[in-house]
Amino acid sequence: MVKKVAILASVALAASLLSANALAENKRIAIVVKALGIGFFEAAAKGAEEAAAELGDVDIIYTGPTDTTAEGQIEVINSLIAQKVDAIAISANDQDALVPALKKAMSRGITVISWDSGVAPEGRQMHLNPSSNALIGNTIIKLAADHMPDGGEVAVLSASATATNQNIWIEEMTKVMDNYPGVTLVSTVYGDDLSDKSYREAEGLMSSHPNLKAIIAPTTVGIVAAAQAVTDAGKIGEINVTGLALPSEMAGHIESGVSKSFAIWNPIDLGYSATMIAYNLATKKAMADANTSIDMGRMGSVMLDDNKEGAMSDPFTYDASNIDQFKSIF
Amino acid sequence: MNNWRRLITRDVVLGVALLAVIALVSTRAADFSSVKNLASVFNDSSILIILALGQMAVILTRCIDLSMASNLALVGMTVAMLNSNFAAIPIPILVIIAIIMGAMLGLVNGLLVWQLEIPPIVVTLGTLTIFRGIIFLISDGQWINAHEMSPAFKAFPRSSILGVTVLSWSAIVAIILFAVLLTRTAAGRAFYAIGGNPNAAVYTGINVGRSRCLAFVLAGAVSGFAGYLWVARYAVAYVDIAGGFELDIVAACVIGGVSIAGGLGTVAGATLGALFLGVIKNALPVINISPFWQLAISGSAILIAVGFNAQSERRTGRIILKKAEQSS
Repeated sequence: MVKKVAILASVALAASLLSANALAENKRIAIVVKALGIGFFEAAAKGAEEAAAELGDVDIIYTGPTDTTAEGQIEVINSLIAQKVDAIAISANDQDALVPALKKAMSRGITVISWDSGVAPEGRQMHLNPSSNALIGNTIIKLAADHMPDGGEVAVLSASATATNQNIWIEEMTKVMDNYPGVTLVSTVYGDDLSDKSYREAEGLMSSHPNLKAIIAPTTVGIVAAAQAVTDAGKIGEINVTGLALPSEMAGHIESGVSKSFAIWNPIDLGYSATMIAYNLATKKAMADANTSIDMGRMGSVMLDDNKEGAMSDPFTYDASNIDQFKSIF
Repeated sequence: MNNWRRLITRDVVLGVALLAVIALVSTRAADFSSVKNLASVFNDSSILIILALGQMAVILTRCIDLSMASNLALVGMTVAMLNSNFAAIPIPILVIIAIIMGAMLGLVNGLLVWQLEIPPIVVTLGTLTIFRGIIFLISDGQWINAHEMSPAFKAFPRSSILGVTVLSWSAIVAIILFAVLLTRTAAGRAFYAIGGNPNAAVYTGINVGRSRCLAFVLAGAVSGFAGYLWVARYAVAYVDIAGGFELDIVAACVIGGVSIAGGLGTVAGATLGALFLGVIKNALPVINISPFWQLAISGSAILIAVGFNAQSERRTGRIILKKAEQSS
């Protein structure tokens, strides 16, 4: 499968080279992913093609190594430099190892940005994060509040008590709790990203807080375990399990109704936005400077911070209406 | 006096301690001691009980099996993948596949210990990582999720017979089987003999290596069975399931008075040890204790239990000597 994709990709690459010769004015933007054959990145490539269709004068070169190594990506970057592409948008396998190769690309006038998984600042012009801590914090409470018109009690089931990212998200969430009147956070428990402990903690939440309306789990092991615990307790419909997870992991629980919705970044939007940014930078329509914003077409615009990093958007919400489309993607 | 003392075995002390903990928790969470909740605690502890019994068989022979949780995860992932790709395979067949596959993995440990005479802790540390590695290879790091498993696959451990779940029944059946095996069969008694004195066991005609190998196969078989129960109960299989659980299994044995030096331990003890851990694990979430304290409390409970056991172990030693003196 991976090999087939690789062959297809190289055929596509050759084809795009030919067409590039024919239409010399077309901008050639290379989307470099961690490895070919991964659903998440295939979806991002779809987004990139969507952006190319919208822009008109863009050819997308979707490429990457066959396994997730920095060495493989360096080879890919070197070949892209040799082809004199206009822009490289990369999701990096290694933050530092790719810097020399990408510096070389920039010195040849190629626009370099990273997205999804970042490169150290000296190796790229800007980095596009799928979301930001503040946006994630707001999203997870909004997911719960949206299905609680009369307010009520919510609890958080996190990973370990020392997990940095989860703690930041929960902190950002508590900052915006005031925007959701009637919704109260009654407890925060830790399942340590272990199925059995998360399951027990979810059971504990249900017995200590009989009026609980929602469990928010900003971790994939936790949300799946909580969904199972609520299902086993026969409380589908009473308690909504939500948080951050991948569509493939939650498809069954969306179908059963124990989880009404959950969120994670949308790879299609991410590929689309990265392409838009790469295009705008390559055509000098925008500059990648700190505290400036770059247009991303239908996704709005991204504001760069001092590290020249920006957040794309709120995490994308998945529910019964779109789960079937995404569960096979990632 | 002697009779009285013989009645107060470690198992009874542990049983009383267990009741005391339940009573203590009930003062803060009244529901905890309800029949329904205790049944759910037993249900939750079932997998640990089954595994602790297998581990006990190994520890009795002066060995240890650290690969049980990895074995569980590998078999769990395998049956989950079988189920998601060939949903037509009936669940009883899958359970049998799980047990046989687990036993085969246990046999690998057993043969390495028996034929190559590598210390068991080294062998099973090795297979612990090897089994995990194999899970990654066969699954490619992908999860098997709830919607990919058939409803029957997930329903089996939850289905109820006479008001008790199949998961709980599995633990009850395992307790009975191990009790019969360890007290009523030559193979079971051989485990105790080897742990008590391996050299003497050889002179009584026991093949020490083969018995140890058998113990590893047993531990492997229960791990495989528990592997199916685990993925069906939590409705998800991924590389890290039951990560670190091998330590809980050993802890349950040690709390239950199974001597890490071999030869000492009862089915009732190992069961109570697993239940003790299960009660603590289930109690901590409902009495609102900071997660940092939870770790300290679990650890202290283990140390206190082992301290008690060390005391009573010494006492039984003396009694035997006294009796020997008296009878001579």
